[in-house]
Amino acid sequence: MKKIEAIIREEKLEAVRKALEDNSYFGMTVSEVSGRGRQKGLSLQWRVGEYQVDFLPKLKIEAVILDEDLSKILHAIAKSARTGEMGDGKIFVFPLDNAVRIRTGEDGDNAI
Amino acid sequence: MSVNSGDTAWLLVSSALVMLMTPGVALFYGGMVRRKSVLSTMMMSFAILAVVGLLWVLYGYSLSFGPDKAGIIGWLDWAGLSQVGQEPSAVYATTVPHLAFMIFQAMFAIITVALITGAVVERMKFSAILVFSVLWLTVVYCPVAHWVWGDGGWLAKLGALDFAGGIVVHISAGVSALALAKLLGPRKGFLNKAPMEPHNIPLVALGAGLLWFGWFGFNAGSALTSGGLAASAFVATNISAAAAAFTWMILSWLHRRPTLLGTVTGAIAGLAAITPAAGFVPPLAGIPIGIVAAVVCYYCMLFRMRLNIDESLDVWAVHGMGGTWGVLATGIFASAAINSAGADGLLLGNALQLARQLAGVAAVWGYAFGVSWVLGKIVNVTLGLRVSKTEETVGLDISQHGERAYGGALR
Repeated sequence: MKKIEAIIREEKLEAVRKALEDNSYFGMTVSEVSGRGRQKGLSLQWRVGEYQVDFLPKLKIEAVILDEDLSKILHAIAKSARTGEMGDGKIFVFPLDNAVRIRTGEDGDNAI
Repeated sequence: MSVNSGDTAWLLVSSALVMLMTPGVALFYGGMVRRKSVLSTMMMSFAILAVVGLLWVLYGYSLSFGPDKAGIIGWLDWAGLSQVGQEPSAVYATTVPHLAFMIFQAMFAIITVALITGAVVERMKFSAILVFSVLWLTVVYCPVAHWVWGDGGWLAKLGALDFAGGIVVHISAGVSALALAKLLGPRKGFLNKAPMEPHNIPLVALGAGLLWFGWFGFNAGSALTSGGLAASAFVATNISAAAAAFTWMILSWLHRRPTLLGTVTGAIAGLAAITPAAGFVPPLAGIPIGIVAAVVCYYCMLFRMRLNIDESLDVWAVHGMGGTWGVLATGIFASAAINSAGADGLLLGNALQLARQLAGVAAVWGYAFGVSWVLGKIVNVTLGLRVSKTEETVGLDISQHGERAYGGALR
């Protein structure tokens, strides 16, 4: 099993949620995060003049994926979160040792 | 003179309206700072409501309005509200209880001191701002109020007009804010252009709304009677606020986008500028007064930033310069037909009035800046003006007050 962290645009949450759901992945954790990539920051206006905001609001989706589904899921997320502009985000994949479903105590792939 | 119930009702309501402006300042300023210092910023205003509210009845009112000594200061005959009761005063607002006039003036003293705090947010010790406020009320506000509004005050005798506090409130607070900000130095990171993002612009807009609302008490209440003059000042006030808010919105749009923060700042600039003029000029003079106020304050703010002075929330640019323009504009647009206690201004052929206004501006600019500088120095060597570097990094809410605005990170 693998853990993925997808950093996406805020407005793409629904599309990504649906893409995961279409592939029978219902569980995920979503957090509001700030970050930057090559898009860098954003210039905002003050009472007069401007100031630079270095980090932009993004959403981070964390989910655990079975090895055999990984490439399908990565493709589904990338497709649903893409606009083609800078700032679409990134997906990181981590190896994962184990998982436990707290209610039943099941572990391994059965807990996903 | 006997008590007039209509005048009394209006002045008491106006006192309450002006009181609400200080919580308005707290919100207006509180929304513009970073989230770690919002409570400390608001606390300064509320603490001043408490402290100045007490000092005013104990001695402040008497120093400002008590029997004149040499045109400079009121004597302490009225300290502790001695001789200030339900009967009208013989010289001020002679149709309302003396107590009503006294409490109306209390609200002016409170908000003037509170305005200064916008210059020192996020780095001044709470104890230091308290001590500075007490000293400043005593040796800057009270004398200046006496000069301009006191019976026998030297600027009043000179004929300088200030209907509701362009000199007494906005210039004195604005230039003192500049002096204090210079002494205190910039916030950590300011010189490296660290973003000092306003953490809650809706709070700023709410505060500006309360200020605009309360300003009707400030300006129309300063008629001290409930009649035509109050209505004229009321209308002039709204016109100037609208003209300045609209102008700032356009300036912001020309730069890039029409911002809410800029638009409400424009409203405050227009309100500050119409303050000295409201009851001396025809209401429609509010249009040029408001438009010019927005342009002057906008460019003064840019100028202040270029000088790299962290006068954090632009008390000088908005109140000091808005007030300065308003006092001069009074000398331009005033008409004795609007208010027989006033005078004709430049447009009606009386250039001398503009010179009198200029004298008032120059005197209070010099006095307020100089004395505030000395007071700031005194507080700095005795108590220290600034919090420690660590306290500043943590934020003043936790380091000065032991509380935080937006707690409950884990619900």
